Amino acid sequence: MTPVLACDSVRKVFHGNVVLDDVSLTVDEGEAVVLIGASGSGKSTLLRCVNLLETVDDGTIHLDGRDITDPRVNADEVRRNIGVVFQSYNLFPHLTVLDNITLALRRVHKRRRRDAEQHARRVLDQVGLADRAGAYPDRLSGGQQQRVAIARALASYPRLLLLDEVTSALDPELVGEVLALVHELKGMGITMVIATHEMGFAREVADRVCFLDAGRILESGPPAELFDAPREERTRRFLARVSARG
Amino acid sequence: MSLTPGPDGYTPSARQRERIAYRRRQSVRSVAIAAVSTLVLGVALMLGVTGSPGWQRVRESFLDASVARAALPSVLSGLWLNLRLLVFCAVGALALGLGIALLRTLRPAVFFPLRALATSYTYVFRGAPLIIVLYVMTFGVPGLRLSGTPSVLVLGGIALVLVYGAYLAEVFRAGIESVHPSQWAAARSLGLTYRQTLRHVVLPQAVRRVAPPMLNDLVAMQKDVGLISLAGPVDAIRAAQIVTAETYDFTPYIVAGVLFVLLAVPLVAITDRITVRAARRQGAV
Repeated sequence: MTPVLACDSVRKVFHGNVVLDDVSLTVDEGEAVVLIGASGSGKSTLLRCVNLLETVDDGTIHLDGRDITDPRVNADEVRRNIGVVFQSYNLFPHLTVLDNITLALRRVHKRRRRDAEQHARRVLDQVGLADRAGAYPDRLSGGQQQRVAIARALASYPRLLLLDEVTSALDPELVGEVLALVHELKGMGITMVIATHEMGFAREVADRVCFLDAGRILESGPPAELFDAPREERTRRFLARVSARG
Repeated sequence: MSLTPGPDGYTPSARQRERIAYRRRQSVRSVAIAAVSTLVLGVALMLGVTGSPGWQRVRESFLDASVARAALPSVLSGLWLNLRLLVFCAVGALALGLGIALLRTLRPAVFFPLRALATSYTYVFRGAPLIIVLYVMTFGVPGLRLSGTPSVLVLGGIALVLVYGAYLAEVFRAGIESVHPSQWAAARSLGLTYRQTLRHVVLPQAVRRVAPPMLNDLVAMQKDVGLISLAGPVDAIRAAQIVTAETYDFTPYIVAGVLFVLLAVPLVAITDRITVRAARRQGAV
């Protein structure tokens, strides 16, 4: 079976800094892969490359067996099949919760307004926010905004969902509701790549954990293995540091 | 905060009651001071102006009621020209400004000539004095003797559109650039194209943000449309000038001035309302 996502020797350089160096990663259907690593280790950049918000400087990325790093591909069409949730939610502040979700359904997927709204309400119900459909984002708590952002990304049935540190901007008491929702997504069999600093969550939700260090995947494996018996000294030190902090 | 017990049986402490009483005394005092100083200033101004040695003559030549009544019809018909011209020029300048601002945001290399053209346009017409553009358009262009040259009124309107379009283009551009890049990222990652993102995500936020300075430019434009009278058409000020020349009395100017202010009041009021609303919305974000 072709993996949903296959990164092969991806390289990315920003102003002479090698941010991603020979990164290879495959994600199978229904799998949840978690990227961990210090800030600046390249987690977000990898996600941005997959979504074509950045162009890779070498290597290839295949989505469902199709090379999306080929400059001839239509980036808009590729992005239609990938959902992204950002650290800072990035909801559209001038649109209601419902319109945030229906915008892409109507303009990109060309669904009729009524149809799009019905679908959006169903998805909102899934994330437990059916009653906030008419509210503007600034009336919602951070956790609610992030759940709307997840609903927005999910509404068009993406092949792949990218979650970029989705709890990093949240107050500690709001982290739980978002993580619980991601857990549910995992249960629904949605293919995900998750960059996170929440080690406990990574352990629970991940099928595989990758430790990024200075732009390389230094070590990867099932969470039990990577967290309890890391092979690399650097991984051990990173884990010791974050567990001391948390 | 009230001094009566709340629903939960709470009564303010002696300290809180003392604070409330103090604040009340303070606000009564500041209202009294403001009233007295306004009164003093008003009386001083009135005495200063009406008590001046030339007051009688100024009153006759600037504030003559009979001249005002006589001048009103022609000044009003001039003002009607101002109004029509304002509507035409405002719509034109907004459209031109938005178009130029959009051209300046285009990134692909093929659009370089368009972008360069748009940029030089904003440089030239923000620098060029309106009067000179007006002269070039209304005297220079007809001098070419091309067939189908529009009337002086239209040419003057075009001059105004050109100058104000350049300012509005910069206002729109500032608005577009003030929308955070993460909004672009979010919209593009949903599969929206560049144009869809601009149309549905960026522009609505940009326009909301720059509505106050934009309306401010339109208020300024309202006064400048009258400059078209330099090229011949009779606007309110020109009409006032004509009556003044007949009566040797400056009252018509005052009439025109008051009418201009009255015309500006609704626009200014709308601008203020929108500014307050925008500030409140941004504060809430």
